[in-house]
Amino acid sequence: MTSSLVLSATTFVYGASAFFYIAAWVFHQNALGRLAFWTGVAGVLGNVAGFGLRWAETYQMGVGHAPLSNLYESLVFFSLAIATLYLIVEKKYGHRSIGAFAMPLAFLAMAYASLSPNISDRIQPLLPALKSNWLIAHVVTCFIGYAAFAVAFGLSLMFLAKRNPDAPGLFGSRIPDERVLDELTHQMVMLGFLFLTAGIITGAVWANSAWGRYWGWDPKETWSLITWFIYATLLHARLMRGWRGRRAAIFSIVGFGAVLFTYFGVNLLPGLHSYGSM
Amino acid sequence: MTQTAKSESLVAPAWRFLASIRLTVALLLLLAATSILGTLIPQGGAPSEYIGRYGETIFRLLYAFDLYDMYHSWWFRGLILLLTGNIVVCTLKRFPSVWKIVFSGKTAPTSVKPGKVEPVAFEDARDPEALQSEYEAYIRKRFRRVETESMENGFRIVAERGRWTRLGVSGVHLSIVILLAGALVGSLFGFDGYVNIAEGESIDRVRLRNDNTVMPLGFEVRCEDFNVSFYDSGAPKEYRSRLQILENGKIVVEKDIIVNDPLRYKGVNFFQSSYGSLPARELTLNLTNRDSGEAVRVNAALGRRVEIPGTDLRFYFRQIENRYRLRGMDVGETVLGVLETPTGETTEVILPVRFPSYDKMRKGEWIVSVADHEHRYYTGLQTTRDPGVPLVYAGFILLIAGCWVAFFMAHQKVAVEVTRSARGCAVRVYGSSNRHPVGFETFLKKIAAGLARQKGGAHD
Ligand code: HEM
Repeated sequence: MTSSLVLSATTFVYGASAFFYIAAWVFHQNALGRLAFWTGVAGVLGNVAGFGLRWAETYQMGVGHAPLSNLYESLVFFSLAIATLYLIVEKKYGHRSIGAFAMPLAFLAMAYASLSPNISDRIQPLLPALKSNWLIAHVVTCFIGYAAFAVAFGLSLMFLAKRNPDAPGLFGSRIPDERVLDELTHQMVMLGFLFLTAGIITGAVWANSAWGRYWGWDPKETWSLITWFIYATLLHARLMRGWRGRRAAIFSIVGFGAVLFTYFGVNLLPGLHSYGSM
Repeated sequence: MTQTAKSESLVAPAWRFLASIRLTVALLLLLAATSILGTLIPQGGAPSEYIGRYGETIFRLLYAFDLYDMYHSWWFRGLILLLTGNIVVCTLKRFPSVWKIVFSGKTAPTSVKPGKVEPVAFEDARDPEALQSEYEAYIRKRFRRVETESMENGFRIVAERGRWTRLGVSGVHLSIVILLAGALVGSLFGFDGYVNIAEGESIDRVRLRNDNTVMPLGFEVRCEDFNVSFYDSGAPKEYRSRLQILENGKIVVEKDIIVNDPLRYKGVNFFQSSYGSLPARELTLNLTNRDSGEAVRVNAALGRRVEIPGTDLRFYFRQIENRYRLRGMDVGETVLGVLETPTGETTEVILPVRFPSYDKMRKGEWIVSVADHEHRYYTGLQTTRDPGVPLVYAGFILLIAGCWVAFFMAHQKVAVEVTRSARGCAVRVYGSSNRHPVGFETFLKKIAAGLARQKGGAHD
């Protein structure tokens, strides 16, 4: 399939962009930074093209549906969301060093989709339960949320690296100051929380239309709620004294761990959600 | 000590306890931690499964704390109740001050002070009087509430917007309460059951999942038809049931349901959830004469005798089995019947549907096989009623809207102070915002730049 080829190629474009971002940061080269940005833009365009092409291919196969129905497709969308969100943040706030921490995540998601032997990139027809317009709303909202948490995770790593007194000088001097990192992390956590909330809600409404119950404590549902509790804790902990900065950064890293477990780990537990088992 | 004083001495600490954000953080963490437990221990299994898996001692512990059904246990519900109390008390405590800010009427000029954000300053060569009207117009375009106050040697415009956004957080918290109230209503007045209906038949009661009791519906549901289709790969493509609702024997509603498109009637919802096949009641037999090769077809009905045309035999259709075993092997669907001669002699015949030549081995005059048989399904319907859903959905909408307002909108106050100076006048733009200091800084700079561009704005 052409779309898989386009997406595999996009993996390398993201990889190159991530590499340029890291190099630009380490060697303090502005020109490299611009190159990294435009390579990232090319990656996003390739990603969008692959996504659209795959959508068209499902129609050619007579099983037309949005390509958001299995692990491969969700990873493709995940990496699109991370890369796009990061590029917007860079345009808006102008801190290019963040790319050294964010763009590798988009690369890893796409590389996992394209290169892992356990993930099939075949287009599969939809099972009856997935035939719903809520599928699109649910997956899109969840993964925008996950992408925001991923960027927050990158920012939190930067924060901790900057705080670490043993870190080599380049960690300290060439990344935004703590106030900006903290504020940006908070922005990303809020964005993620909003979309995770929307994702849980669209999932609940969908479950109610398919199975007649909006909540059933199935392990994936429960883990998304656990993730939601963790980020809600973080939002409130910021209101107490001393819970900004380092503690907030650690919390956001733990939260992203819960996101990853909700996404991948839950398949180790029994349940209804099919992603990952394919 | 008087009665009221005593109760107050209890109420005040309880109130303080429930009003604290520390409690919120502790409860949210506890809920997260205990929820993890419930995903590690399989929920809703039979006691024997747990004993086999964990042994007797741990099993007793699981049972003591309802860990086999922990999301419905007294202590998990207790945590949720405590969180609800926490939200309610918090909101009650903070709401009056929020209310006052939102609905207090005019913006008092003195209430606008430079916040954490640096003021922006620039100069203009004209007199303050020359600037006032165009500055006012500029600010009015961007803010709803604008007041001008004249000062000794100039003027000050104060502007405010987004007061109401302070209600966003209250909305979020209220939505959680509404949502939980909806869940409570559902568990008190709703039910969750299931029913299997054979094609062509109807039911008027369903079985409840939690206690296995039977509940009458007050109307009849008929399954007119059921169909399942498959992709080429063999994966299921669609399950479709044609359902009819009957009141006093008359059809009032008819609808095809598929997964994701249920039938709703009088608050009861029917969801396509499973299916199965039922034994056939009618079949067509093929009889071939061993010597002449002459062939005869005949239809047989379950439990009846039929004359076989062109012969003096009769066939009795006794039974059909889904998985019949012949010499230890499962041969699938198999018809069991009896051949009778006019003299009353009877012969048992075994007719595996998939092996039409099996009857040859009997060495009778006629070889019997099943040419075709009725395919009959039953449809499995998840049947629920949940009067709490509208409340829960209202909570959902309020939750998303509230988060949006709380996260991405702000209550901003801005002042533009213009005072006479040696070179005309000095302009200072400052203000405060209840959130997003970084964004607000940019916003102030934009306002200042916009004002500075208003040179002779009357012709602008
Ligand atoms: C699951 C339950 C809860 C959810 C989803 C929730 C959600 C939120 C959200 C999204 C915010 C805005 C945070 C921000 O702007 O960064 C917030 C703020 C707040 N929450 Fe909660 N909350 C919950 C429970 C509680 C409880 C139980 C309390 C009681 C103490 C509470 C007290 C507050 C306070 C005081 C604020 C700050 C308001 C402000 O900044 O003006 N929350 N909450």
